[in-house]
Amino acid sequence: MPRGNQKEYSVQQMITEKRLKKKNHFNFEKLIPGLLLLTAVLSVLTTIGIVFTLIFETFIFFDRVSIIEFFTNKKWYPFSATDASFGIMPLVVGTLKVTGIAAVVAVPIGLATAIYLSEYASEKARRIIKPILEVLAGIPTIVYGFFALTFVTPILKQLIPSLETFNALSPGIVVGIMITPMVASLSEDAMSSVPRSIREGAFALGATKLETTIKVILPAAVSGITASVVLALSRAIGETMIVSVAGGSTPNASFDVTSSIQTMTAYIVQVSTGDAGYQTTIYYSIYAVGMTLFLFTLFMNLFAQFITRKFKEEY
Amino acid sequence: MQKLVDKEIIAKQMSSRIIRNQMFKGLFFLSTLFGLLVLGVLFYRIITQGIGYIDLDFFQNFASRRPENAGIKAAFIGTIWLMVVVAPVSLILGVGTAIYLEEYAKKNKFTSFIKLNISNLAGVPSIVFGLLGLTIFVRALALERSVLAAGLTMSLLVLPVIIVASQEAIRSVPKELREASFAMGATKWQTVLKVVLPAAIPGILTGGILALSRAIGETAPLIVIGIPMFVAFLPKTIMDTFTVLPMQIYNWTSRPQTEFQDVAAAGILVMLVLLILMNSIAVFIRNHFQKRY
Repeated sequence: MPRGNQKEYSVQQMITEKRLKKKNHFNFEKLIPGLLLLTAVLSVLTTIGIVFTLIFETFIFFDRVSIIEFFTNKKWYPFSATDASFGIMPLVVGTLKVTGIAAVVAVPIGLATAIYLSEYASEKARRIIKPILEVLAGIPTIVYGFFALTFVTPILKQLIPSLETFNALSPGIVVGIMITPMVASLSEDAMSSVPRSIREGAFALGATKLETTIKVILPAAVSGITASVVLALSRAIGETMIVSVAGGSTPNASFDVTSSIQTMTAYIVQVSTGDAGYQTTIYYSIYAVGMTLFLFTLFMNLFAQFITRKFKEEY
Repeated sequence: MQKLVDKEIIAKQMSSRIIRNQMFKGLFFLSTLFGLLVLGVLFYRIITQGIGYIDLDFFQNFASRRPENAGIKAAFIGTIWLMVVVAPVSLILGVGTAIYLEEYAKKNKFTSFIKLNISNLAGVPSIVFGLLGLTIFVRALALERSVLAAGLTMSLLVLPVIIVASQEAIRSVPKELREASFAMGATKWQTVLKVVLPAAIPGILTGGILALSRAIGETAPLIVIGIPMFVAFLPKTIMDTFTVLPMQIYNWTSRPQTEFQDVAAAGILVMLVLLILMNSIAVFIRNHFQKRY
């Protein structure tokens, strides 16, 4: 058959062509892991950036305000022109008050929800309830702040007449509502991963569902549950908008929950929205406060990871 | 004949335990309902408060000192501008990291350090990312209070979400697909680009949309980098300053006049509708395109 002008191919030629192509390809292939590594390293750089930013600016702050005053002074009056005092204590107490109230709300409700979903609910109920809880977890915190100020505070005022417009109780409760889905879903994961055979063993001994849950499932899942609570509380400590909107801006170290407070995060917001100039002591103080906040959450996150790794039960 | 099993005694002894079980079941169920109830009340309050202010003018007006004239034009358009920066930056960085960790990384200390670092980064409060953005992007790189500075800060904030979602999506692509591709003579990168990524795209997109909706609702870092709350113009380039929905809502919420609270509710309503829309798309993608192997 006539082949016309079709190009003649020799196998040899094809192999050399392929080899040439492969050589170019090879370089590209070698380049890719490097490029991808670069993007991965960026997340490490972010952490390094955060740590170094906080450390450098905090050092400048401690040049102006002694570190001893920062930790021991019980007053936080940064805006006073004549007698400014920088003692972190009131901000920490404010933060812990809100976090404590949030824990009182979120731990029992979150755990009970987790128990219901993991042990009692039918497959159908679980399929309906879980996505709704996910919605609750996805609501922006500014919306919760609005809810705390315009709905929860007025209701609480009816119950406690001495309650101030800005207080620790209302944002505390709402932060608790915000972290409840987190406690519920992480604890439920921990309980669901307890194998069926262990449950059935308890049932076979005549235990009711409640007895099985309390005496068998909860102890078996305790590491996961603890980790979920620690993670949720770390989220509560770092929560900003709810406490800024409904908590007020009066730092005080008392344990009264009805009066106006200021948390670490709310202070950073107050300075950022105010007109404190660049490179003033007040400007650097937000880094010192941010550093304290960062260390709090970092240790809690590491603690949660430690618990999960150390006490993980393998079935 | 002696009774081996006395049903009456057993019933007596069991009944209190069974009742207790039922009581606690009810208690657990009520606790579960509490979350759903709060969600219901929250939506009801916001809809009843805000619906009155929602009309065409609300979308066409800039912020105003008078509640009846206040609108969300600047904030709404600003949010879209922010997304234009956050979406590509966070997706490229996040998916790149996920591909590296799942396909290329060797199992060594450095890799597990990167993984530990990512899970810790996810736990850093958003306001601390604001301090990072203020120092690095706004001051050191002199990007000022621009869309770019805010977008880069937000991208770093949502990066862990995208990385984790993409890792899971890539991990769920079965080994056989990769091996088939290698057997056909494809190189590693060809396999990743033409086999693994297309199979993982639904999962990556779902994670990406969820991360973006987090970026839309986030306020604290933008406050710290100094994004203004009262803006009466639209940005023309990514170097211009701007405002976003949650900032505008924060501004309205913290005003003393009660009318502005209703305006804030209207703003929240718009933002929530936007978020629900995005989440529905994510759920749709998850249900319709995600293959189970």
